[in-house]
Amino acid sequence: MIKTDVIIVGAGPVGLFAVHQLGIKGLKAVLIDNLDKAGGQCIELYPEKPIYDIPAVPECTGRELTERLLEQIKPFKTKLFLNERVNEVKSDKNNWIVKTSNKNEFIAPNIIIAGGVGSFEPRKLSIKETEKFEGKSIFYAVKNKEEFKNKDICIFGGGDSALDWTLELSKFSKITLIHRRDQFRGAQHTINEIKKLEKKGKISIKTPFQLDKIEGDESIKSISIKDDNGKIEKIPTDVVLSFFGLVMKLGPIAEWGLNMDKKTISVNPHNFETNKKGIFAAGDICSYPGKLKLILSGFHEVALASVECFKRARPNEKYRFEFTTSSKTIQDRLGKK
Amino acid sequence: MAKITYKDQQGNSKTIEVDNGLTVMEGAVQHNIPGIDADCGGSMACATCHVYVEEKWLDKLPKAEDGEVDMIDMAFEPKNNSRLSCQIIVENDLDGLVVTTPEKQS
Repeated sequence: MIKTDVIIVGAGPVGLFAVHQLGIKGLKAVLIDNLDKAGGQCIELYPEKPIYDIPAVPECTGRELTERLLEQIKPFKTKLFLNERVNEVKSDKNNWIVKTSNKNEFIAPNIIIAGGVGSFEPRKLSIKETEKFEGKSIFYAVKNKEEFKNKDICIFGGGDSALDWTLELSKFSKITLIHRRDQFRGAQHTINEIKKLEKKGKISIKTPFQLDKIEGDESIKSISIKDDNGKIEKIPTDVVLSFFGLVMKLGPIAEWGLNMDKKTISVNPHNFETNKKGIFAAGDICSYPGKLKLILSGFHEVALASVECFKRARPNEKYRFEFTTSSKTIQDRLGKK
Repeated sequence: MAKITYKDQQGNSKTIEVDNGLTVMEGAVQHNIPGIDADCGGSMACATCHVYVEEKWLDKLPKAEDGEVDMIDMAFEPKNNSRLSCQIIVENDLDGLVVTTPEKQS
């Protein structure tokens, strides 16, 4: 069991800045996130889109914001537990115990939930039969490309993942790329490569088509696709790869006994504490009168929550408000001379 | 102000008055219309406010920008009349607009 002062659930911008606000107060934290990298929605949904409303930063992309926040919290050497989802939260006297999908256990007097809209999961194909083939003939990610050698593969999607895997897997498998409209939205040079391969007859592109039916017993034998006019084509298929991005699922958070308002957690706007002592919520996932889903609001929320975290983690010490410009202690913690 | 009608796949429908300047998504969220999740809050990043716009209204709406069409690729069962309701801004001319929510949003 890992002991710390604060367990932060979610490594998006607000979770990252929480590390900073806790760190300058001398508190230790761990960060847990279901994604394979820090940054949350900034890195997953709009890494290349500019953001214009971060104070004193006229313009930066989701990726740049993430990189700068990571840089800002470097002095605190906080451990990130990625690819892990927090499944269980239970109380233990004045502490909380958190268990993750990777079987890690943490104990701390405080939890800050900075979980955005929940954890990201692949968007699944919508037709019913897909479930029984999932993990056998239908995949939402490629973990080991060796498993996809010498197969008839249908790839669905129009973005970079669909296009990149079409190129890669076409080296040793027969690929049909299927998309609901004629335009693809990947990088232009990738689209050019794809068109070249199609001309040479190395791959087949079907647009505008969508999945209609899957046939097979144990594994897939063929799929049917349908265009806007109802025209149906049947394609012999071993494997279906589907790349329709990610959806956000609230997941187990709903079962932790917190007061919820739809998909958000109700908090006290003085310290962003939930109805459970020592569990805080900040960023998009929290709600209170007048709440705005802005990154800067999340920064404010964790700043205030961190004060309450200090009081719970150091019950015998008095909290002293200090400025980074003048506090020798804070400057030491930041590694500044 | 415009009266907007939200229908679902079961044929239920609800008509509400939405103020000018709000989006069709915001009108739905403020009135607890089921089937419009709007997870990303209207930043064109999630496709969970996806609706089908009644055909006769399609031409009356400003054309979808590339980012919206890209996002609709990700939506549940997109069709030719698919739009993201967070990108439809209400004005008097939209009085009577009918949108239908898909069977589910993800």
